[in-house]
Amino acid sequence: MPASRHFCQKVPQATPVAVFKLSNDFKEDPNPMKVNLGVGAYRTDEGQPWVLPVVKKVEKLIVADNRLNHEYLPILGLPEFRSSASKIALGEDSPAIQESRVGAVQCLGGTGALKMGAEFLRRWYNGNDNMKTPVYVSAPTWENHNSVFANAGFKDVRPYKYWDAEKRGLDLDGFLGDLETAPKHSIFVLHACAHNPTGTDPTHVEWMQVAEVMKRRKLFVFFDSAYQGFASGCLDKDAWAVRNFVTQGFEMFCAQSFSKNFGLYNERVGNLTIVARDADNVRRVLSQMEKIVRVTWSNPPSQGARLVAITLNRAELFAEWKDNVKTMADRVLLMRASLQAKLQALGTPGTWDHITQQIGMFSFTGLNPKQVEYMIKERSIYLMASGRINMCGLTTKNIDYVAKSIHETVVNVQ
Amino acid sequence: NHKTLETSWLAFLASDVHPPHDWSSISWWSEVQMGPPDPILGVSEAYKRDTNPKKINLGVGAYRDDQGKPYVLSCVRKAEAQIAAKKLDKEYLAIGGLGDFTKACAKLALGDDNEVIKSGRNITVQTISGTGSLRIGANFLSRFHTEARDVYLPKPSWGNHTPIFRDAGMQLKAYTYYDPKTCGFDFQGALNDISKIPEKSVIMLHACAHNPTGVDPRPEQWKEIADLVKKRNLLVFFDMAYQGFASGDIDRDAWAVRYFIEQGHNIVLSQSFAKNMGLYGERVGGFTVVCKDAEEAKRVESQLKILIRPIYSNPPMNGARIAATILNTPDLYKEWLGEVHGMANRIITMRELLVANLKKEGSTRNWKHVIDQIGMFCFTGLKPEQVERLTKEFSVYMTKDGRISMAGVTSGNVGYLAQGIHAVTK
Repeated sequence: MPASRHFCQKVPQATPVAVFKLSNDFKEDPNPMKVNLGVGAYRTDEGQPWVLPVVKKVEKLIVADNRLNHEYLPILGLPEFRSSASKIALGEDSPAIQESRVGAVQCLGGTGALKMGAEFLRRWYNGNDNMKTPVYVSAPTWENHNSVFANAGFKDVRPYKYWDAEKRGLDLDGFLGDLETAPKHSIFVLHACAHNPTGTDPTHVEWMQVAEVMKRRKLFVFFDSAYQGFASGCLDKDAWAVRNFVTQGFEMFCAQSFSKNFGLYNERVGNLTIVARDADNVRRVLSQMEKIVRVTWSNPPSQGARLVAITLNRAELFAEWKDNVKTMADRVLLMRASLQAKLQALGTPGTWDHITQQIGMFSFTGLNPKQVEYMIKERSIYLMASGRINMCGLTTKNIDYVAKSIHETVVNVQ
Repeated sequence: NHKTLETSWLAFLASDVHPPHDWSSISWWSEVQMGPPDPILGVSEAYKRDTNPKKINLGVGAYRDDQGKPYVLSCVRKAEAQIAAKKLDKEYLAIGGLGDFTKACAKLALGDDNEVIKSGRNITVQTISGTGSLRIGANFLSRFHTEARDVYLPKPSWGNHTPIFRDAGMQLKAYTYYDPKTCGFDFQGALNDISKIPEKSVIMLHACAHNPTGVDPRPEQWKEIADLVKKRNLLVFFDMAYQGFASGDIDRDAWAVRYFIEQGHNIVLSQSFAKNMGLYGERVGGFTVVCKDAEEAKRVESQLKILIRPIYSNPPMNGARIAATILNTPDLYKEWLGEVHGMANRIITMRELLVANLKKEGSTRNWKHVIDQIGMFCFTGLKPEQVERLTKEFSVYMTKDGRISMAGVTSGNVGYLAQGIHAVTK
């Protein structure tokens, strides 16, 4: 019997990724009242995906331009995409950019950027191929963070305290405490803004406290920026933490995603921004990044990067984009305010201020697994077992149903 | 030396000797070495920097028309227009990619009526072109094919095969393939080596248009190889990056893949649409595992998803959508077959022209292999020193192993190319 008949025999069935299973179950639910508050993608008030008007415009430009072709991009990606994407994160007038100590790698979405950063760190950070360097991810965090770093070879991926379930806010003491006791040179994955899944961000003062400990204890800063623009509606405001850390003199990585703020989910547009001590370090780092890219995907896909580069580099298009981003952020803010008001009006037990205090696409409702199960089974409202809801799943048409359902759930299920 | 640096760096980091205010002058990356340029893609970057107006890029395997320009296929432009008119959304694809694409991708390789597809015992996922496919395959084998760590590549093979499998944790070995004396296939040498490969090892086979040599086994030879591989109980990994480009005929180029499956090999297969659809930068590819049955295919699929998710979550839509449209629309598909045929033909013509020009230059060397070899590449037989001269003195860019991309040859530059090759080989 050929070898291949043997080896696949032992391949076990893997458990499906939770968030996709949820979407699947939602699809198959026949209840006309069903609501999907699961996967993190923007929806309009009609509950539809939204291709940004500026994206439609630029796509037409691309199709009409006969000079464009489908040739390979350089290994590190489209140069005008990389530089303009880094500017978005760091600010046009960033001292790091002016001092030529910023590099970038175009990657397959935010995931790809995290992956490249993780692979590089495993090979070159804290020694060579040091798989024992602890990698800290927030408790809770986007579930794929664990897998990305584990698959890059890191043997010690641990949680740092972040979410305080009781007070439904940031556990600052716990966070700072973990920073103080982390082994030197540990890697910390920080959410730049609109923390996924809690929607709870440190304040400016709290960020500065985090920075002080990280600097003193020589911890590595790895920002995950998947929602720039989505938190407050303002790109610069949302980049405050990243830029502050640059001002503080950190060398760091920032994984950027343009999936949400450009609505380009399936084109896999991401950027790994690298801030180093000087241009020479950047140069050497990028040369090694090339090696990693080459054995993973050779070079990145061109369509999405082209689209973003054109948009960011033309004033009217850039302005239109910022406007589109604000439209999305504003609708989310409206749904937050609306849900909170309705729960308050219903007299739903507990406090619901966290709905409006939390920021970005997600809200950690505080519903426990039993209550979540009730919501799904009895009300056909689909949310993550953690109690995370995607605010974008709410619309003016379903918000009453959702509010009433939460009320009923909290009252009847403990 | 490397260890000493590492030790002293770790000692430095661990010590508290350096004053706290000094931390800002030290870089985490001080010990990061400058990496060498990529042996293949680096050639194009060097070419771009050259200011010689006569320069020729014969490095990377990217098709050029007879004006030396990139060629966007007409069926691709039509597909793009069709897609644009549909006003589709940009929602995430499934981890395994676009269903319309993966189904068509499998059919293209295996044939519409293949029993494998009918019984649902293949799993085909969309990948980041050929490289991404090979990488997923390598990761999959590394994780699940635990009985053997060795991957046997033909000697020589595509330069990127080795680092991909190595990075995935596999060990690389080789079997004789190319005969430098004949610039052809060393069939006996290959059989000899393959007969000694330990059971259950992975053997990599180029489905057609072998890269870099352009030397393919004949069907009778493939049959013997298939037989021997079965006797040795080896796991077959087919790399098919040039379906359509070898002979100009899609089915002919997939013959070996289909034959092996017919003979009972449950292969794994990587496909690329970079060359045959000219979708290079869109990163369109597929990875297929032929399983025992549909149930096994489901289990394998679940594990492929687990492998893909921590790398890039889900694949890019644009190229896959274009490829799917072409493969699934009869008149676009027909047009595509014609265009692939056209590209393959132009290359064959260039091969003939090159040999004719070499003779005209007065070269007395045997250049028959240039015409016998098949696909995008020609293994000229040039040695590294000769390649270096060709690049330095003539601005002809190619890889050090003597491989040239025939796709970069045009009726406009073939004369100059012949001049250069003759000059360094006479």
